[in-house]
Amino acid sequence: MNFLRKYIDKIKPNFEQGGRWHTFRSVFEGLETFLFVPNTTSKTGVHIHDANDSKRTMTIVIIALLPCLLFGMYNAGYQHYQALGQYPDFQTTFLFGFLSVMPIVIVSYLVGLGIEFTVAQLKGEEIQEGFLVSGLLIPLVVSIDTPLWMIAVATAFAVIFAKEAFGGTGFNVWNVALVTRAFLFFAYPSKISGESVFVRTDSVLGFGAGKITDAFSGATPLGQIGTATQSVQITDTIGNTLSQWDMFLGLIPGSIGETSKLCILIGAIILITTGIANWRIMLSVFVGGVVTAQIFNVIGTTPSMQIPPFEHILLGGFAFGAVFMATDPVTSCRTRNGKYIFGFLTGTLAILIRILNPGYPEGMMLAILLMNSFAPLIDHVVVEGNVKRRLKRINKR
Amino acid sequence: MANFQLLVVSLCRISKPPTHTYKYMTVKIKKGLDVKLSGSPRQTETENISSQNYAVHPDDFPGFTAKTAVKEKDTVKIGSPLLYDKYRPYMKIVSPVSGTITAVNRGEKRRLINITIHNDGKNDQIKFNTANAKTPEKIKEILAQAGLFAFIKQRPYDIIANPTDVPRDIFVSAFSSAPLAPNPDFIIKKQEEEFQCGLNTLASLTPGKIYLAINNKIKNTALRKAKNVEIVEFNGPHPAGNAGLQINRIKPINKGETVWTTDLQAVAYIGQFMKNGAIDLNRPVALTGPEVKPNERRYFKTLPGVAINEWLKNRLASDEKYLRIISGNVLTGTNIGAQGYLRYGDNCITVIPEGNNKNEFLGWISPGINKYSVSTSFISRIIDIFRRREYSIDARIKGGKRAMIMSEEWDKVFPMDDILPEYLIRAIITSNIEKMENLGIYEVAPEDFALCEFVDTSKMELQKIVREGLDKLYKEMN
Repeated sequence: MNFLRKYIDKIKPNFEQGGRWHTFRSVFEGLETFLFVPNTTSKTGVHIHDANDSKRTMTIVIIALLPCLLFGMYNAGYQHYQALGQYPDFQTTFLFGFLSVMPIVIVSYLVGLGIEFTVAQLKGEEIQEGFLVSGLLIPLVVSIDTPLWMIAVATAFAVIFAKEAFGGTGFNVWNVALVTRAFLFFAYPSKISGESVFVRTDSVLGFGAGKITDAFSGATPLGQIGTATQSVQITDTIGNTLSQWDMFLGLIPGSIGETSKLCILIGAIILITTGIANWRIMLSVFVGGVVTAQIFNVIGTTPSMQIPPFEHILLGGFAFGAVFMATDPVTSCRTRNGKYIFGFLTGTLAILIRILNPGYPEGMMLAILLMNSFAPLIDHVVVEGNVKRRLKRINKR
Repeated sequence: MANFQLLVVSLCRISKPPTHTYKYMTVKIKKGLDVKLSGSPRQTETENISSQNYAVHPDDFPGFTAKTAVKEKDTVKIGSPLLYDKYRPYMKIVSPVSGTITAVNRGEKRRLINITIHNDGKNDQIKFNTANAKTPEKIKEILAQAGLFAFIKQRPYDIIANPTDVPRDIFVSAFSSAPLAPNPDFIIKKQEEEFQCGLNTLASLTPGKIYLAINNKIKNTALRKAKNVEIVEFNGPHPAGNAGLQINRIKPINKGETVWTTDLQAVAYIGQFMKNGAIDLNRPVALTGPEVKPNERRYFKTLPGVAINEWLKNRLASDEKYLRIISGNVLTGTNIGAQGYLRYGDNCITVIPEGNNKNEFLGWISPGINKYSVSTSFISRIIDIFRRREYSIDARIKGGKRAMIMSEEWDKVFPMDDILPEYLIRAIITSNIEKMENLGIYEVAPEDFALCEFVDTSKMELQKIVREGLDKLYKEMN
């Protein structure tokens, strides 16, 4: 890679102060540090540093998200062809999904990174890699039929008002990807909920055209439960009964990345073994959800209260939110005890909203955003507890 | 109830194992990290090193407002004052050698950089009347005059101790747990008597106790059976040898209290001085690190302030242009360069690759077979489970500086009880004095945050932040 290094060194002066392309300095620096580990050495403090950095941390999260993304693409194709009553081979199914999902990924990255690059340039700072993760999370938490311009508007809103306005990576209060989804949810509710948005029935670039079968209904399992008036049998889009195994594997309608619990489990294993996401938060989200669902099981007066706890975890965005969203280190609690409280309350609230909110059958997004707002308060309580314990211990001696 | 819990917790942490013939507390440190840096020194006989050039740097003495006591061409003896404190003129920093002052070097705004001395090799010593120093006040006065307070620090603030203070206790850490730190058994050898004498002297300076912290690797009986002290054994990874942690576990500091901290060599200096009435700062210094030739990784006997260029000549493994030469250890030492001098309180020189000539392609995604990290996202962590390996780690930061992103990253290497490093750092950054006090700033020193700084993926300069916080607090309080 010497020739590349030499080439970069050659063009570097153009981007420095007074250079021809100084306007694009942050873009150039971003690209340079992407290609080569910066060889700046320590000036103060410790002389050696751990090889780990935030670029690698973010990369591992992206790797952990890839199974969900790939499966989401396949599932998009699968749901499409199922609605048409066709069952083509794997490649065709995947290709259709790829063609419908990829534009969303591209738009999300283009808009988000475009804003980040511009802000970095204006502030004269280095480009930060935080949005690499958010930019991939956004396509995974929206419905497949969301128009691209809406994704662009929502992403721009989230990056500007939920992130850069607070000071950029590390300072945001709410999870950026969820703010994007919340924006869509409140601004264009018909595009993020209901029966018609989770399965793409139109063709993409003239590909996969056909007529929808008569039996088709695009309701997600949670949608079916939400609108039922008596005990419900969950089915797929053409009326076949779904088993828990189907829900685990994920060939069900839903937001692009959230359906396969298997892929989420793979992601969770990657995140936990590399120590990047906090297992305490994940675990307590699940515990909170299960406990709450169990309590409602006992009450059991409506169909949604009767859903067993295990099924709650398998359905909707609960598992995806628990593994990839609630564990965001910047917006969740930072103290150890705070993490348990944060996770437990997130799980509890998610199930509570699911069961008791009549208008919308999913609660994970709102639960996490709400707990994001409370995370600093929880931490404050934990820290104050620590201060009291410290003073007590010291005064005792 | 809370008291009972406290009791159980303290019993679990500090237990007395029955196997020792001498009874002392044992503290097991669980959190922390021994960085696997290659190049530890061999235990051979020491070789004497001397040079024509020596230098003393005021930066080595935090809290000491240095004024020069000499000018160019003055002749000095061993023990002649070179610097004195502006506010406490009886406090001196003395010359380690006899000879002539060659220069008083100043930088921007006439800030004193160093005083260089040409060694005449005559070893003329100044005599001090230590026999008459019987009371604590007299002892402290004569130690201050002889410049030995340079080796005693105080908490809070981690600055040179003030001779007019009466410390609550004095903590002596017999070992350093930092990477490639010299072996205490080797330092104490032939200084046993002086060491005990030093302990006796220190014991008269405090109404409290002298705590001597050792670890399970120390064999020397002068340490294991030292008298007039309370011995506490600290076992576990770095920072087990840091005074801050030891104080935190033995008897934490409260607001308004002052304790003194010092090390093995300093106690031996004090003992030697009280016995002979003359300064002799000769000390074993280890030459360590991956970039020192394997045969030359060993102990030398020399003086603080010695010029290292001749000493290190032909002992380095590669061109010094690509090396970082550190006085002290890799976590807290000073980058002195090939023409530098051994700093006043240091007992090792560590040489590592600078790394500024390395261009690592797509490093953020590489599996990392040969990279040292505490993160399991590197394959090396998994290989290391099966194989003991040591690494040559260079001085690159290996990433961009970021805001605080990951949480609880520092806690894994920060074993001080009831201190939340992240929140303390936040309080310091935001200059919130009340919060700093509540979160335990009086207990910490920059060195306590060295490991946090090493593992931090946001590459924050934590030691610098803590130093600035302590300085700000000191100004506010005094």
